[in-house]
Amino acid sequence: MAYDYAPYPYVAPPGLNGTEPRHPVVIVGAGPIGLAMAIDLAQRGIKSVVLDDNNVVSVGSRAICWAKRTLEIFDRLGVGERMLDKGVTWKVGRQFHGERQVYSFDLLPEDGHKYPAFINLQQYYVEEYLIDRAQDFPDMIDLRFKNKVTDHAGKDDHVVLTVETPDGPYTLEADWLIACDGAGSPTRERMGLDFTGQTFQEQFLIADIEMEDSPFGDQDVPERWFWFDPPFHPGKSALLHMQPDNIYRIDLQLDVGADAKTEATEEKVLPRIKAIVGNKPFKLDWMSIYKFRCIKLDQFVHGRVIFVGDSAHVVSPFGARGGNGGIQDVDNLGWKLAAVLNGQAHTALIDTYHDERSHGSAENILNSARATNFMTPKTPVEALFRAEALRLAHNQPFAQKLLNSGRLSVPCSLEGFDLQTPGTAAQIAPGRAAVDAPLSGPRGDTWLIAEVQGAFTLVGFGDVMLPEVRGVNRIGINQRADYPCFTATHNHAMRRYGAEMAYLFRPDGHVCAVFKSPTIADVEAAMSRAMGQIPEDSQ
Amino acid sequence: MTIYPDRLSPNQDDVYNALMAAHEGLSEDASHALNARLVLLMANQIGDPAILIELMQTAQSYADG
Repeated sequence: MAYDYAPYPYVAPPGLNGTEPRHPVVIVGAGPIGLAMAIDLAQRGIKSVVLDDNNVVSVGSRAICWAKRTLEIFDRLGVGERMLDKGVTWKVGRQFHGERQVYSFDLLPEDGHKYPAFINLQQYYVEEYLIDRAQDFPDMIDLRFKNKVTDHAGKDDHVVLTVETPDGPYTLEADWLIACDGAGSPTRERMGLDFTGQTFQEQFLIADIEMEDSPFGDQDVPERWFWFDPPFHPGKSALLHMQPDNIYRIDLQLDVGADAKTEATEEKVLPRIKAIVGNKPFKLDWMSIYKFRCIKLDQFVHGRVIFVGDSAHVVSPFGARGGNGGIQDVDNLGWKLAAVLNGQAHTALIDTYHDERSHGSAENILNSARATNFMTPKTPVEALFRAEALRLAHNQPFAQKLLNSGRLSVPCSLEGFDLQTPGTAAQIAPGRAAVDAPLSGPRGDTWLIAEVQGAFTLVGFGDVMLPEVRGVNRIGINQRADYPCFTATHNHAMRRYGAEMAYLFRPDGHVCAVFKSPTIADVEAAMSRAMGQIPEDSQ
Repeated sequence: MTIYPDRLSPNQDDVYNALMAAHEGLSEDASHALNARLVLLMANQIGDPAILIELMQTAQSYADG
């Protein structure tokens, strides 16, 4: 059944009738990134105002592939399980050349994780669930629909915004402005920031179709199917995904010179879909023609204006690195901004958001640009290499790995960045995101990600005693102590982290230090380093 | 069988990308010549005639018709 777009109510904001006190945070854009940002901050006790020019969730399914790491972050934000319940879980991708399958990959071949490699869930559901969750914090999150920011001016220690509403304009002041206003970010445009990069000439058609039967043929299993040169769309590429509510996503590469207006008509699109699904009945739910770019801002933080998500970086969709990259931005920024606003850290901690996430987005751009290049050869020689790689891929494992239809989003590693304490060799190096594992504890079964995310947490695996340090939670795994202790179910946690080791997790679930026998001083030093106080002798 | 199943991963994308970059901006003739030089350099690097002949035969076996 097609999604029912219920508009959210517009409420006249107080600023229309008098000056509002300066807000700590104003977020522009109530898409997945802006909403997640507001929830993250609210959970840390930081109030925000979220402004959106619209009053409905995403029109069209748009971002549909949500990666394991994103779901783990959503879990921390209190919406992971709802997304998982509704979403279509998948982990296998198959690549076809013509009619033949040449390679398949399993993105999560092991057990013992709360969340799967991926779920597919339409962006409108993701936004709906995030809005519902935001409404759990009526005193913290002030969600204002039909509030369009028309101007802003950055000052030394705040930002002044002009906002247009159905009742006229008003002004707002914020200590920090977070621009989550998407790829076309009006905030970025207004500031005249350079946003140029690689633009791909190829056009793609994306269409959502609703059908009872599965287009995945007899094997009615949700997977990611990608074709190079399929019989139903010769010489081009095609991608198929399943979404909830019997909706399927089809992505078709079009000619470079195709006319977008003509292509986006039922007359042109229906025969293309029939060529894929045959005579099975279907209904066209949504379609769009797009070109894509791989670009990022040079600097994500400009004074008191911070760019998060697509406003800071855009990628081609192959690899699901857009929305998933944006959620990792939120995860990285939330605890840092809260620490600064609560007076626990210097403003310089915000600059590490740029350092760490600029690195993450560069990685996403590299991977998505390479996938797009592979999919759309630019010269006869590129086409020749690809054709021969495909030919060899029928039975040469190395060539199968060369086929690149998108290297799917994996958690970004922050190894080597300033906030992490280098040193002790460990299975999970400082900088990497928590690797999940099932645990059993005083309150029953739980997961590692549920215990280590949200606040600085020191975790002892096996025979290692944890000192008490102010501002750091402690938990033990396979040990007895006077702090909460858990058993590593099926020993997964011990295998993944190693015995007799202590790991310090940042509030975003990234490891920032590892110890063999931590002392109070060790942990305090690692903690203050993670809060942006880098020891001088290491610089 | 002396041919390795896969010695490129996990760096396969770096290698493939470097190869494409090496060809960027070249005419077809120049690309052809670059490929020939590459094959000769790689042959020297591998060195073993038996392996090289097996590689040639394997490559030939995939040809059309």
